[in-house]
Amino acid sequence: MRSRAVVLCVAAVVLGICASAGGYAQTTMDEIMRYREMLKEANPAELLELEGEELWATPAGPNNATLEACDLGLGPGVLKGAYARLPRYFPDTDKVQDAESRIVTCMMQLQGFTRKDAIRGWHKPGSKNEALVTFVATQSRGDVIDVPATHPREAEMHRVGQELFYRRSGPLDFACSTCHGLDDRRIRLQELPNLSTKEGAQTSMSQWPAYRVSQGVVWTMQRRLIDCIRQMRWPEPEFLSDTVVALQVYMQNNASGVVLEAPGIKR
Amino acid sequence: MDLERRTFVRTAGSAGILAFLVARGFLTVGDARADLWNKPAFDAESLEDAIDILVNSPAAESPEVVIVAPEIAENGAVVPVGVVAKLDGVESIAILCEKNPHPLAAIYEIPPGTLADVKTRVKMAETSHVVVLVKAGGRIHMARKEIKVTRGGCGG
Amino acid sequence: MAKPMKVRARNADGVTDVRILMRHDMESGQRKNSDGDIIPAHHIQNVTVRHQQKVVLFAQWGPAVSKNPYLAFKFEGGTPGDPIEVTWVDNKGDSRTDETMIK
Repeated sequence: MRSRAVVLCVAAVVLGICASAGGYAQTTMDEIMRYREMLKEANPAELLELEGEELWATPAGPNNATLEACDLGLGPGVLKGAYARLPRYFPDTDKVQDAESRIVTCMMQLQGFTRKDAIRGWHKPGSKNEALVTFVATQSRGDVIDVPATHPREAEMHRVGQELFYRRSGPLDFACSTCHGLDDRRIRLQELPNLSTKEGAQTSMSQWPAYRVSQGVVWTMQRRLIDCIRQMRWPEPEFLSDTVVALQVYMQNNASGVVLEAPGIKR
Repeated sequence: MDLERRTFVRTAGSAGILAFLVARGFLTVGDARADLWNKPAFDAESLEDAIDILVNSPAAESPEVVIVAPEIAENGAVVPVGVVAKLDGVESIAILCEKNPHPLAAIYEIPPGTLADVKTRVKMAETSHVVVLVKAGGRIHMARKEIKVTRGGCGG
Repeated sequence: MAKPMKVRARNADGVTDVRILMRHDMESGQRKNSDGDIIPAHHIQNVTVRHQQKVVLFAQWGPAVSKNPYLAFKFEGGTPGDPIEVTWVDNKGDSRTDETMIK
């Protein structure tokens, strides 16, 4: 009797209709992956990249200067590979900076903007800050993420980031690790990467900045993390704050070794 | 002189397109403005009405018309839909989403030399069929494919 | 002001593959604002693609085409270096034209 059932099922597999209880979810995920692959054919984030490229090379600010001499860590004007090595320590500001904060530094130093003017409206979808970050990030597409956090200040930020990642806080007693510290978690159909592991961090960090189809806009890592923290009901950090940079040092360090594919596509 | 010539070329080009569309495709010239957009078809509120306005002959389902789309769209606001028609003399292609408030999404006019192979992305209000009409050699060919939508696309 | 498109055209084996990304909100006309009023539809109506003055694709779009629209198609002919010109016009009369060279 049992062997007959097996034979039937084998026959059904051959016919492609053996949809086991576990099979349905797998098929669903396969189809969603196919959906995302089709979107990757042309990522609308490329439009923001275009805008960022134009902003980068257009004179602006009190100094009427471009950002082309901006030093993102590999020397003035060197874009290729720079994003994949951020955050890093910058002696001129005596800070560990990510792409968002370093570009703001360049807007202040080169173009003469005040900090307030440089970040004005950053949160609006498609803002100049996010356009510039998207442009800078895509110049490192194909480069390997490499954030060893060996400089003492970087190592310090890494420790802070790791501590924050596991720290339970706020009215919900939530930590980043509550959702992102375990394997095979998901919210509805959205699988959650385990960012405490190399594999999980690489899967995620290789895709940012990313176009979010649910909103039709590009999100950079700053926005992603500020919103994660808001969702945990923690006090919302300010744009460019050390909290956000420290979390990035922790995650980029975990992700080191993977090829950056930005911009990615996210739900 | 140059300016005059340009203006003429533009007008001629526009009139040329119009004649071409009326002759070949899914364009009806309803009012005196005779614009290049089939307003009645885009305004139609049901699949049947939209198809009625687009074609005046019965449409037969054809295996030669292939809809390239995922079975499941994670977000109804962005559903990739490709159409490949393995037919000679394709003149136009229309893409409709059955349960959208206005089912007609797009019409493509395919001049000679252009392949019947187009891709676009559409919004879908809910899980339903995508219906494609292909006009080739004066006949209407149809294909349908159900796409499940996990999140409706009308809000966005 | 309408923002630039990203247009790519590549020729292989005598067929030119054209891929276009446009920046447009493609407001559906189905959404309501915070006062409960419908936000009017605002969408691209026509897209014309030309290869050396000849129309190689003409599209009519309704508001159900996704925000930041994508359009890809293929035509026979075209040689590397030829210009490809793309124009869109929306239902408020705004328009944009961009050009690229076939690679």
